[in-house]
Amino acid sequence: MSVIRTSSLTKTYASGTNEVHALRGIDLTIERGELVAIMGTSGSGKSTLMNLLGCLDSPTKGSYELDGVHVETLSRNELAKLRNEKLGFVFQGFNLLPRTTAVENVELPLLYDRSGRKLDPRALAIAALKRVGLGERLDHQPSELSGGQQQRVAIARALVTSPALVLADEPTGNLDSRTTIEVMSLFQELNEEGVTIVIVTHEPEVAVYAKRVVEMRDGRIVRDEAVKNRRQASRDLEKLDERSAA
Amino acid sequence: MKTTILVRLATQSIRKNKMRAALTMLGIIIGVAAVIVMVAVGFGARSRIRAQINNLGTNMIVITPGAAQAAGVSQGAQAFPNLSLDDVEMIRREAQVVTAVTPVIVSRSQVIGEAGNWRTMINGVDTDYQVIRDWQTSSGSFFAPEDVTALRKVAVLGKTVADQLFPGSDPVGQEVQIRNVPFDVVGVLAAKGQTASGSDSDDVVLIPHTTAKAVLSGRSFLPQILASTASEGDIVAAQDEIRVLLRESRRIGEGDPDDFTVRNQNDLAEAAEGSTKVMTLLLAAIASISLLVGGIGIMNIMLVSVTERTREIGIRLAIGARGSDVLTQFLVESIVMGVLGGLIGLALGVVGSEVLGHFTGWETVISPLLMLVAVVFSGAVGVFFGYYPARKAAALHPIEALRYE
Repeated sequence: MSVIRTSSLTKTYASGTNEVHALRGIDLTIERGELVAIMGTSGSGKSTLMNLLGCLDSPTKGSYELDGVHVETLSRNELAKLRNEKLGFVFQGFNLLPRTTAVENVELPLLYDRSGRKLDPRALAIAALKRVGLGERLDHQPSELSGGQQQRVAIARALVTSPALVLADEPTGNLDSRTTIEVMSLFQELNEEGVTIVIVTHEPEVAVYAKRVVEMRDGRIVRDEAVKNRRQASRDLEKLDERSAA
Repeated sequence: MKTTILVRLATQSIRKNKMRAALTMLGIIIGVAAVIVMVAVGFGARSRIRAQINNLGTNMIVITPGAAQAAGVSQGAQAFPNLSLDDVEMIRREAQVVTAVTPVIVSRSQVIGEAGNWRTMINGVDTDYQVIRDWQTSSGSFFAPEDVTALRKVAVLGKTVADQLFPGSDPVGQEVQIRNVPFDVVGVLAAKGQTASGSDSDDVVLIPHTTAKAVLSGRSFLPQILASTASEGDIVAAQDEIRVLLRESRRIGEGDPDDFTVRNQNDLAEAAEGSTKVMTLLLAAIASISLLVGGIGIMNIMLVSVTERTREIGIRLAIGARGSDVLTQFLVESIVMGVLGGLIGLALGVVGSEVLGHFTGWETVISPLLMLVAVVFSGAVGVFFGYYPARKAAALHPIEALRYE
């Protein structure tokens, strides 16, 4: 079963008298275990696609199936439940709650869990933070963490519900080049462990760490192929370390 | 979502904005404290008046001459001196539920004792007077029925009079002179303190009414008759009975107004309490306005808070919070602030009433019901003024909220 299957997904915004066609029919299928980069310049429709894939918005036309669930007919509350259980979000601006510790931020999605599962939010949050290498920073607030660490907290928050899909919107947009590689290394590592990840980015340097790249322009997919010369972020990091040591 | 989690989230976010929360609660705190203090002062005044009225006696009925109207002109009580000892005897004889009745012959006179002289009230009464006014003697005893029938010159002194005329010694067995007539002191009354109107109830000398009539006044009318019943439930029946008896004996025609007034202790208390009741209401109303302003303060801050925390709301919505979760969170926040403010205001109000009572000497009474109402009401203020901002927060679209800078 595919994690994502869209067919003729269309989104039109009414802006005054004229209509803006943000998406003009997207057919996209993403299988379990993929690491996909969705690329495109601003205005290409990649953010709109991201919002639709993230169940934050409803399509004007077309169908979208997320992990076997048809999304386009769901109500606001059903969408909230779906986001909570099947999706993990990583944003460009980290979007952590200020003045709130790392562990409190990470357990937040579990507090909104309605599945009736018996969960221990605190324990799961600590496990997720350890998984992203922040086991020592549980009680730090965002303001006490570096950008890379904040993004790791956000990734831990995305992982804590064991979602079917992690959606990352420009996850490295606010990070320097070394931290970017660190974060991509973490994504690759998680992907190796079986997490399906979709990264929306406009940076080609980021896309080279993905397995598959989907390029958009004017609301359409113009390129969809496996990444040639795929790079291992962990190896790039080692090289960086050697260079700075020399 | 579980209530405990909701409360935790709300208190978390209040703790993260301590200063803002404190300023928000300030309105409620001041409002509740003001209401508590104002009502405590009002209740205190009422309970003081009530205590003074009850101090008059138990199940007491006061009959005064004159009343309502004469030829269409309102005269007020005591306009006509038309109560007599015959009326007392008739009430004693015929009224079924009246258990005690006494005339009160009032005069003022100089009293001379061992250590000097003192101008005071001389009340000529029957032995029932002690029962009606529930007045114990601290020394000696009240005069006996034989003293009344034999017109004996015996006197019972009020505490104040005893202190003035016999400082440091027991007056019982000694002699006082009232208008140059010697009286044997047989007892001293226990202290009763101030009356509702502020005069000293202990500044009095009681003598048999027969003696008073013969020796002091010679008048045959009475300014007052006091009566009482065995139980409180009989008071109204006794009043009716007395009224019917008096109307019959005076041959007052049907439809004509009484030419006397029969009142009970509650009537007296209510008249005295009337003004304080209005005052209490007025004070409470003013204080409530500050509570209202406090509520508007909560709404104001919550509205600002919703705008300020738009991004936070977006994050919560994105990771799976429902609109109703956000609504409840904000509502719980404002309720927690309201109740917390109410509790702090309550504590402040209680302390404030104590302090005020201490410095002014006013009696203050804080009823547990009022405390409960104050806290529940401030919670309700939280709900009322928190709902609109909370609904605004819940209606946000996740994408727009996330994009908000």
